[in-house]
Amino acid sequence: MSPLLEMRDITKTFPGVKALDHVNLEVSKGEIHAVVGENGAGKSTLMKVLSGVYPHGQYEGEIIYDGQPARFRDIRDSEDHGIIIIHQELALVPQLSIAENIFLGNERAKHGIINWHETNRRTEDLLAKVGLAEAPTTKVDGIGVGKQQLVEIAKALSKDVKLLILDEPTAALQENDSRKLLDLMLELKTQGVTSIIISHKLGEVRYVADTVTVIRDGSTVSKLNAKTGFSEDDIVRDMVGRDMTHRFPQHKRSPGKMMLEVENWNVWHPEHTERQVIKNAAFNVRAGEVVGIAGLMGSGRTELAMSIFGQSYGRRISGSVKLDGTAIDVSTVDRAIAAGISYVTEDRKSLGLVLDETIQFNTTLANLEAVSSGSILKKNEETKVAEKYREALAIRTPSVFQKTVNLSGGNQQKVVLAKWLFTEPEVLILDEPTRGIDVGAKYEIYTIINELADQGKAVVMISSEMPELLGMCDRIYVMNEGVLVGELSAAEASQERIMSLIVNE
Amino acid sequence: MNVANSEPTASATADTKSIRHYLSANLRQYGLLLALIAVMVFFQIVTDGTLLRAINVTNLLLQNSYIIIMALGMLIVIVAGHIDLSVGSVMGFVGALAAVLIVNYDINIYLAAAICLATGAAIGAAQGYWVAYWRIPSFIVTLAGMLVFRGLSLWLLEGQSVGPFPREFQIIATGFLPDIFPAGIGTSLAAFFDVRQINTLAVASGVVAAALIVWMGVRTRALNQSYGMNEEPQSIFVARTFIVAAALVFVTYKLAQFRGLPNVLLTMGVLTVIYAFLTQSTVIGRRIYALGGNVKAAKLSGIKTERLTFLAFMNMGFLAAAAGLVFAARLNTATPKAGFALELDVIAAVFIGGASMSGGVGTIIGAVVGAFLMGVLNNGMSIMGIGIDFQQMIKGLVLLAAVIFDVYNKNKQG
Repeated sequence: MSPLLEMRDITKTFPGVKALDHVNLEVSKGEIHAVVGENGAGKSTLMKVLSGVYPHGQYEGEIIYDGQPARFRDIRDSEDHGIIIIHQELALVPQLSIAENIFLGNERAKHGIINWHETNRRTEDLLAKVGLAEAPTTKVDGIGVGKQQLVEIAKALSKDVKLLILDEPTAALQENDSRKLLDLMLELKTQGVTSIIISHKLGEVRYVADTVTVIRDGSTVSKLNAKTGFSEDDIVRDMVGRDMTHRFPQHKRSPGKMMLEVENWNVWHPEHTERQVIKNAAFNVRAGEVVGIAGLMGSGRTELAMSIFGQSYGRRISGSVKLDGTAIDVSTVDRAIAAGISYVTEDRKSLGLVLDETIQFNTTLANLEAVSSGSILKKNEETKVAEKYREALAIRTPSVFQKTVNLSGGNQQKVVLAKWLFTEPEVLILDEPTRGIDVGAKYEIYTIINELADQGKAVVMISSEMPELLGMCDRIYVMNEGVLVGELSAAEASQERIMSLIVNE
Repeated sequence: MNVANSEPTASATADTKSIRHYLSANLRQYGLLLALIAVMVFFQIVTDGTLLRAINVTNLLLQNSYIIIMALGMLIVIVAGHIDLSVGSVMGFVGALAAVLIVNYDINIYLAAAICLATGAAIGAAQGYWVAYWRIPSFIVTLAGMLVFRGLSLWLLEGQSVGPFPREFQIIATGFLPDIFPAGIGTSLAAFFDVRQINTLAVASGVVAAALIVWMGVRTRALNQSYGMNEEPQSIFVARTFIVAAALVFVTYKLAQFRGLPNVLLTMGVLTVIYAFLTQSTVIGRRIYALGGNVKAAKLSGIKTERLTFLAFMNMGFLAAAAGLVFAARLNTATPKAGFALELDVIAAVFIGGASMSGGVGTIIGAVVGAFLMGVLNNGMSIMGIGIDFQQMIKGLVLLAAVIFDVYNKNKQG
């Protein structure tokens, strides 16, 4: 069959990072093509290149679409050519009706006046096509996520879609909703729609895909064909197999007494109150030990950590937290801090730093009591503290009075770390501590983590990068859909074992 | 020889360059001060010197006192990321309450003042409760408050003006500090400067305050330098300190030629110093900036953001009540229209003073200077006989220009 789309030697660089390195993708007409890879492998970047989010000129390589070289200027341009992408985060306006959403930006109107009759009639046709039994006038926030997904697809169909791209379409769906969606994809295939599906769930990939392209670290690794046959193991091997030497500081650790013990931890979603986000989680960390929590984004790792840290996430939280053998109160953030727990957020810009303020301001923010007497700040003392951490963590800046917004990602991360180290915690929970920072800075962060363990701190490390967990942790818990599905010691852990725990539920 | 000559020139150029660089990086701060000076010089010239006559300087301070008092609280509310539209109404309501208590019910003025201040704090707390714990937007809550307390003042005063106040109450706003120095000093000073009279206390406190500012400035600078934070070039530091100190001496000298230091100036000065200290040097002040700068990060740092928001509004209510007492005492009567639309002047002063609508940015001193800038504009234009129509337009454009300037600067830096 002739190819509908060829992306040849696509290279995309961001300042300091090569996100895509000569990636090739060939999609045949009328097939379902799966693109798989770890978080950060470059799948989303590739789709952004394809859909014109990064317009022609911002990447190298060429795109041949429908036999013609394509140079999309923006999303609108690629949509006009029939390429429609449905993102992980749904782009619907919840306050508007299904019909209004489907024809948003593409209104059935004459001279700016909307023809509601036609809008609703065409919506009914589209909804019938995707198998959604809802009235066109139903508000989108009144239907579930699964149905919203179908509305998105209906919206795509309303635009004469030739190539439909679904970015992790089932990530937020329940089992039977997922199945419905996949069946719809197969149904659309018979109608001649070509689809690309990005997914972590290998069962799904096997179920729908004709061809699989595996991407790792910004490069195409392999292309597998359903006709010649492939197994999930093949995909896993291709997804994770990479060189790991010298990326982590060599280190011996000697874990001491039991420090943190979490038992029976249950958390419900703050808005969708019927959804349980964390189910009966139990884990522990010893002093001087680094324990990893592996799992995909959205598996509940951050929710677990934040719910323990002063109930910063979730509702109806229950379970017990023990520190050094005694139960502690972690019901508010200041109590959790006082008890000796610190949480270093995965989102340093929006949750970690006051960006418009200085390094000094941010360093002391969580422990102002220590630099004040009678609630009056001792600014000299503050500066000394900030200087101390600047030196200890090698924060590269002209002075501690520099605004944190001007620092590089790695240095910002160090400032967030400094803030929490200054609270002198017993337990440090690090959520994606090396996300979005360059390789050199990662190495420095790893060295700091080793030093903290040496000082007897109990370290929990949440990460989507499996090599990082394997290189740093003494033990690794694996999380999937709110459940800790396994625990592996450093000796028995491997990327394949972790990945198979995640994908084989 | 050439080499020997070129060296000092080169370092001089580097010096001017760094001064220019520093000025452009901190344009907002100095721009405000320069704008105030420019506006004053302009009006001094076009009003043939009326602006800076002793009696007018005194008037300027009295006229703007209640705006400045409220601007202190508003700065904190705005830094915390909120807004309070009700302050004008609350101010009017508290003035009305004072009048009813004192004039109609003959209650002791100190007791009445205490009741009024407590009422203001309670009003602020009530509004803050909805904003902080129920997350109802402050714009809505205080818009409601604006209407409610406007209505309450009307109801309380039954649509009439109530007054006059007893003499002791008026003194709050219109009284002057007694000259504690022997009259002889004043007379001889007056003779020396060739003016009609001199209030020694006013001159002396001006000189002391100026000396304090110089001393504190030098001390902070030395401290900063020892931590490698000597960003401000020396020439700018000297010029800035000199201008501020000279302005203080000048203003008090002018006041001395009229009736000395107004009581209100003392209240205003003390409050300004307290709030400047509170915002810059205390744990609670620091936390308010963190809350306004990034509420999520503040929360995750163990800061009780709800309580802080609540306190910011309560404090605002208290200061609005204080302003209400000053305003009523100055007018010597409480009217149902008192404080009408005043919240807009207060908010404008804070934004002109460099605060950011999105929170986390702004200083007490900036807000006070902003209020004075508005005050001088009002006063100068009134002396010139410019109609209220043009006054409003000009004030509106000044506010817009100040904020555009902020945004422009921010874009240029980012």
